[in-house]
Amino acid sequence: MIAPGPTRLGSRADLQRRRDALARRRQDGARRVRVCIGTGCAAKGSRKLVERFAEALASTAGDVEPVRCVGCHGFCERGPIVVVEPGEVLYQRVAAGDVEEIVRETVRGGRVVERLLYEDPATGQKATTAEEIGFYSAQQRIVLAANGTIDPRRIDDYLAIGGYEALAKALFDMTPEEVLSQIERSGLRGRGGGGFATGRKWRSCRDAPGEVKYVLCNGDEGDPGAFMDRSIMEGNPHAVLEGMAIGAYAIGSAEGFIYVRNEYPLAVEHLTRAIGQAREAGLLGEDILSSGLSFDVRINRGGGAFVCGESTALMASLEGRPGEPRAKYVHTVEQGLNDRPTNLNNVETWANVPAIVRRGGAWFASIGTGGSTGTKVFSLVGDVVNTGLVEVPMGISLRRIVESIGGGCKDGKAFKAVQTGGPSGGCIPAEHLDARVDFDELARLGSMMGSGGMIVMDEDTCMVNVAKYFVAFLRDESCGKCTPCREGLAQMYHILERITRGEGAPGDVEQLERLGDLLADTALCALGKTAANPVLSTIRYFRDEYDAHILEHRCPAKKCPGLFDYAIDAEACKACGLCKKACPAGAITGEKKVPHEIDPDRCTHCGACWDACPFGAVIKV
Amino acid sequence: MIAEDDKLIDEIVRRYGGEPGMLIPMMQDLQAARGYLPAGPLRQLARRLDVPFSRLYAVATFYASFRTEPRGRHEVTLCVGTVCFLKGSDRIAEMIRREFDVAPGHTTSDGAFSYQPVNCVGACALAPVMVVDGEYHDAMTPEKARSLLRALDAPAEAPGEEAAP
Repeated sequence: MIAPGPTRLGSRADLQRRRDALARRRQDGARRVRVCIGTGCAAKGSRKLVERFAEALASTAGDVEPVRCVGCHGFCERGPIVVVEPGEVLYQRVAAGDVEEIVRETVRGGRVVERLLYEDPATGQKATTAEEIGFYSAQQRIVLAANGTIDPRRIDDYLAIGGYEALAKALFDMTPEEVLSQIERSGLRGRGGGGFATGRKWRSCRDAPGEVKYVLCNGDEGDPGAFMDRSIMEGNPHAVLEGMAIGAYAIGSAEGFIYVRNEYPLAVEHLTRAIGQAREAGLLGEDILSSGLSFDVRINRGGGAFVCGESTALMASLEGRPGEPRAKYVHTVEQGLNDRPTNLNNVETWANVPAIVRRGGAWFASIGTGGSTGTKVFSLVGDVVNTGLVEVPMGISLRRIVESIGGGCKDGKAFKAVQTGGPSGGCIPAEHLDARVDFDELARLGSMMGSGGMIVMDEDTCMVNVAKYFVAFLRDESCGKCTPCREGLAQMYHILERITRGEGAPGDVEQLERLGDLLADTALCALGKTAANPVLSTIRYFRDEYDAHILEHRCPAKKCPGLFDYAIDAEACKACGLCKKACPAGAITGEKKVPHEIDPDRCTHCGACWDACPFGAVIKV
Repeated sequence: MIAEDDKLIDEIVRRYGGEPGMLIPMMQDLQAARGYLPAGPLRQLARRLDVPFSRLYAVATFYASFRTEPRGRHEVTLCVGTVCFLKGSDRIAEMIRREFDVAPGHTTSDGAFSYQPVNCVGACALAPVMVVDGEYHDAMTPEKARSLLRALDAPAEAPGEEAAP
């Protein structure tokens, strides 16, 4: 089904001819079905849809193109997503049984299948195309522009939309210095967490003494609840490669590495294929497009360690060692991988580069705010109606993201906090929802941009428990090299564990704050320095919840076992006996047709009855 | 077996040009071939690369994806990322520990499955997610996870089993 890649493109003219030929082949008004095969949609059965569509379309006469597999659309909540051209008709939650109807009605008949359209939960209005859906209309897509329209496994799809033209422009119309100054003018800051100015990093690496220099791509997206980079690597791998090649030209490097997280098999598969195709086409390797630039890229799979997202740990891992960070008084741009000058950028940062070179740094800088230019991709997840990937201009308010795009909290629950910046980020409460999303504003609120995870939490979330979760995460992922991080996090966890068991003591919160400050001041790497953020930000905004746990032995959100009780609502109980069967402690009594009861003395607060009851009769009090 | 090990290590070392910096990919390939990192071939690899065995052991125990014991018949990965956690994956983890008596990173005593909680599989729209032999199962509950795991070695579909998505 997948056509072989193009033959070697020996010059810029070859590249242009190839694109023109592809454009001619791409007739306007062609009928085509696009199916998302990103991890989210694939998990919901989109591979089967591809097979079914292929069968159904094979028997359709006329100008119908083969089914096209595309990367993540972002609207994972509603997957699998299928789009039919012409008309860009977007169908959501498509099942294998719907394929025949879509082919018959929409592909052949040009009619819309109403029941598969997205329906706005608030207005009941049906949306035919993505633009009509609130989730998409507030977004501005640069990095994700091609996701969902091209087949990431075909270099021709990327070439047809002008792929690798930015590289050609850089190689033939610009000096490395000119490329650098465009990146500087764009104001692009690293999308991986640190927010360091990309142009400045490139320049330092270019200026560092040494013959051999490396460009690295950090695809070790470790923040739980974040999958921006995964979707870019899966959905548009060539954009990352093109960005890296442009960077290599500007910096003066011939070797690149992409470090991909072990949990992302599809990203590895698509990148590997893309590298192979780019080499075959002469867009990677020796003397690219006869420009004199030689640059090649290799993929390394991570071993499954969160700390490897940190630059020096990542480089240690690439050298075949445990991923332990080192002190950075010698910068990695001077001595990084194999002690050579090394420029490391995150996946999303690299994917922005082709657009900046194509359209100019000034264009990019016109988007967003003064200190934070361009767009940012967020993965909007948690207790929000529309889970998915969103790309918005910097400076947009949190409220627009959570309410307009995300559709607010699920099940009509009240919003409590949004957690940004990954495990080392912070929780931002409702009173700051109008804050603008940029690097500096988020830092002022005690959180950070991080790589772009945005986890919405509703009123049922216990913030002390959330803080404990993040501290446990970081304690487990701490490499153990420096004492403040290794021991400090263990102590913080210990205190939080006591508090959530109802055994907290006055003074615990102050002790947590002291430990947090100590970590920030003395830990070796960014993981340790920021590790206390989730604790400090929840203390700052949700001190009352800490106090309820410590002073009243009560969990206001009714999450911490033992700090609330389970009971049975006699009116709602149908006496079915399921809870009694599920209870491992034999704490539930009741006969047929008699509402059941829980003996609080025998109850171990395991919650098995709560899970088992189909009527919602088991309640938390 | 020794000759086979020799051949395998030889192949793997050659694949990466004998470059000790490529130790981790080599160990990943060894694990892919054998399902885990058996001590014998691992020692051979150390000798071939002229790298102390202690360093290979350090790498094998530092990274979560490496295993030093044989795998079960099935691979069960439970996502315990933030979203899955908020939606109750900690309760699923607790159920697995309690009812199948298996610790994270280990295999059940009957060899039915190896169990690995991971930080995030990046499929948050499906939370809580459990991946069984590469297949993603969404909206897991302790109940659904239990019947899924109990039915692992059952021929075809056991009655009452939840259909996989």
